[in-house]
Amino acid sequence: MIDWINVIIQGVLVGGLYAMFAAGLSLIFGIMRLVNIAHGDLIVLAAYLALVVTQTLGLNPLWSLAIVVPAMALLGYALQWFVLNRTLGDDLLPPLLVTFGLSVIIQNGLQELFSADPQKLQAGTIEIASVQLVEGIWIGLLPLIQFALAVAIIGGLQAIFYRTALGRAFRATADNPAVAQLMGLDNRHVFALAMALSLAVVAVAGVLLAVRANFDPTIGPARLIFGFEAVIIGGLGSLWGTLIGGVVLGVAQAVGAHLDPGWQILAGHLVFLGLLAVRPQGLFPKVRE
Amino acid sequence: MPEPLLKVNMLDAYYGDFQALFGVSVDIAAGEVVAIIGANGAGKSTLLKSIAGLMAARPEAILFDNEPIGGLPAFAVAARGIALVPEGRGLFPSLSVEENLEIGGQLRRPGPWTIARVYELFPVLAERRHAASTSLSGGQQQMVAIGRALMANPRLLLCDEISLGLAPIVVRDIYACLPAILAEGTSLVIVEQDIVQALKVAQRVYCLQEGRVALAGAAAGLTREAITSAYFGI
Repeated sequence: MIDWINVIIQGVLVGGLYAMFAAGLSLIFGIMRLVNIAHGDLIVLAAYLALVVTQTLGLNPLWSLAIVVPAMALLGYALQWFVLNRTLGDDLLPPLLVTFGLSVIIQNGLQELFSADPQKLQAGTIEIASVQLVEGIWIGLLPLIQFALAVAIIGGLQAIFYRTALGRAFRATADNPAVAQLMGLDNRHVFALAMALSLAVVAVAGVLLAVRANFDPTIGPARLIFGFEAVIIGGLGSLWGTLIGGVVLGVAQAVGAHLDPGWQILAGHLVFLGLLAVRPQGLFPKVRE
Repeated sequence: MPEPLLKVNMLDAYYGDFQALFGVSVDIAAGEVVAIIGANGAGKSTLLKSIAGLMAARPEAILFDNEPIGGLPAFAVAARGIALVPEGRGLFPSLSVEENLEIGGQLRRPGPWTIARVYELFPVLAERRHAASTSLSGGQQQMVAIGRALMANPRLLLCDEISLGLAPIVVRDIYACLPAILAEGTSLVIVEQDIVQALKVAQRVYCLQEGRVALAGAAAGLTREAITSAYFGI
């Protein structure tokens, strides 16, 4: 019994990471109908960036966020401004193809620079520190920090979206880009800010992923799938739903892995497919605030 | 006659290969109310969209304050003080009534219009300020659209078919707000299919027919026959 509780708690905590993968993805899709196929590879790129920062500056990975987050945000702004804005239009296909190409470029570029060897960020003693929740149930400090960060990020995004002028501009541009321009909003700038925000979240997710487990240049697409699944399970357009979606996916994977180590990924996909069949709109489809 | 605030000079406009406007020229003086009338598809909305920056145009085809603004992106045109109340209102469904007004004022152009002034003009909006903009009645939604445009403190306000789909009594209410807007010195262009309504408020009228100006003149001086023939091309 304790065993199972442990498994579920681990799943919930990993779910926070998946929710972070998903939040940046759904942000971009929601605002500009752009499906970013390179999203997973950008997560891995952020992990490698953190690797370089920690190795050259000798920083703890968590402190490297102070550099990696702004760097990825800047990259996101530039990527949107110089490349992706040109692909947006009535047709969904061009951004899909361009981000797919970007995914290939990032994967191969990273292989060229860092080889295919697995890497890991070392966070020191914090990695093995844990707290006892109740008798017999221990929670790793790092997964706990990770989950807390995920909740904080989702809450932060929610606040940005519904409480700030930037969020208002995001929502207006998503509703009707032409009329948003009449309000004096430059769509290109609004989209670039959205991508910057998305990659800032990606940066946090990438660093946490790299502290948690080994990574290599090819693991991006699977993170993209986890992100997609979390968004769909949670329901499109709902940030808190995305968090729940990540948790559902994390628990499903943890339970699968506990039954048989080979079932981890499969169990996640099965739960996703099952939910898609029963409740295609997701658990918490968008409701007006 | 003083230099016009807005001078549209031999404007052509296209949707792909389809030409919607053929050498249209229109002048609007500061503080003036101009009506643009014409049948469906005559090019009225296209003219407003061109002025607002939503259509491609030669730079010199549209002069605002003697500066070429043709083909500028819409956000740059808005920053110069031209606001459009788009056909079909174009409210943002994800935004509340108040947020729709706030976003109208996000350029922070100085001027008389504030949220409080808009609520004074349309008191019913103050009661519904936190409602989703799409939950309002058609007339109230039109008030939000007008209020949102006013929040930009425009020097030139373009209104595209503000009476469309509204009951006559509601149209009367909407038009009743125009004097308060004009009192602030704003110039106004109203595009209407409802000629009677348009002629009542406008000083001058342009009638478009198949993308060309078929008739222009002072509202008071136009005979019903002249309008009918310009409108229908008979």
